Amino acid sequence: MMGELDIDERQVIDFPDGLIGFRKFTSYALLDAPQKPYFYLQSMELAELGFILLDPFLFRPDYSIDVADEAMRSLGVMDPDDALVLAMVTVPPDGGPITANLMGPLVIGRKIRRGAQVILTDPRWATKHDVMAELAASRK
Amino acid sequence: MLILSRKLNEKVVIGDGVVVSIIEIRGDQVKLGIDAPKTVKVYRQEVYDAIQAENRLAAESALTLPPIDVAK
Repeated sequence: MMGELDIDERQVIDFPDGLIGFRKFTSYALLDAPQKPYFYLQSMELAELGFILLDPFLFRPDYSIDVADEAMRSLGVMDPDDALVLAMVTVPPDGGPITANLMGPLVIGRKIRRGAQVILTDPRWATKHDVMAELAASRK
Repeated sequence: MLILSRKLNEKVVIGDGVVVSIIEIRGDQVKLGIDAPKTVKVYRQEVYDAIQAENRLAAESALTLPPIDVAK
């Protein structure tokens, strides 16, 4: 996605189940994008595979996720502070508004650097949230 | 693929610990009860498909990111 990268092992996150639709790839590096506040999730196995991520709470202060304790424990999350929650972002190549997937966020256990894409059942969260519109609405 | 018929209140057992019950049949809708260990993920197919499709689009994203003002 971004050419040659210098990756520290502390940035490497293991996704044992991969991501939905990309099950084969289980190792990713979580990097700050050159442009804040975006992050990149770069596959360690396939150079062409990468995702743009955002902190969903940035534009949806009312966001919440409800994930089974067993699933959290498997990521080494014992306490809410151990979990990093990030949303995948779609930037349409045609210049349309960027959207974030709040229905299928990534949850990463900081302590053991293990992540999973979870599927939320709360009907408030969809696969396409207009980031700029919701950011503007949240600041009104 | 295994195809079988079940009546109201009958069940299907899958492997160890997954039980699917027919709870209600009304017109073209069937209400299922699914009892599975917490480690078994159960989703509606269309939800799973929507996330898979969105992941594919996300992976094809353009790299021109609109600026977000992080100062509140």
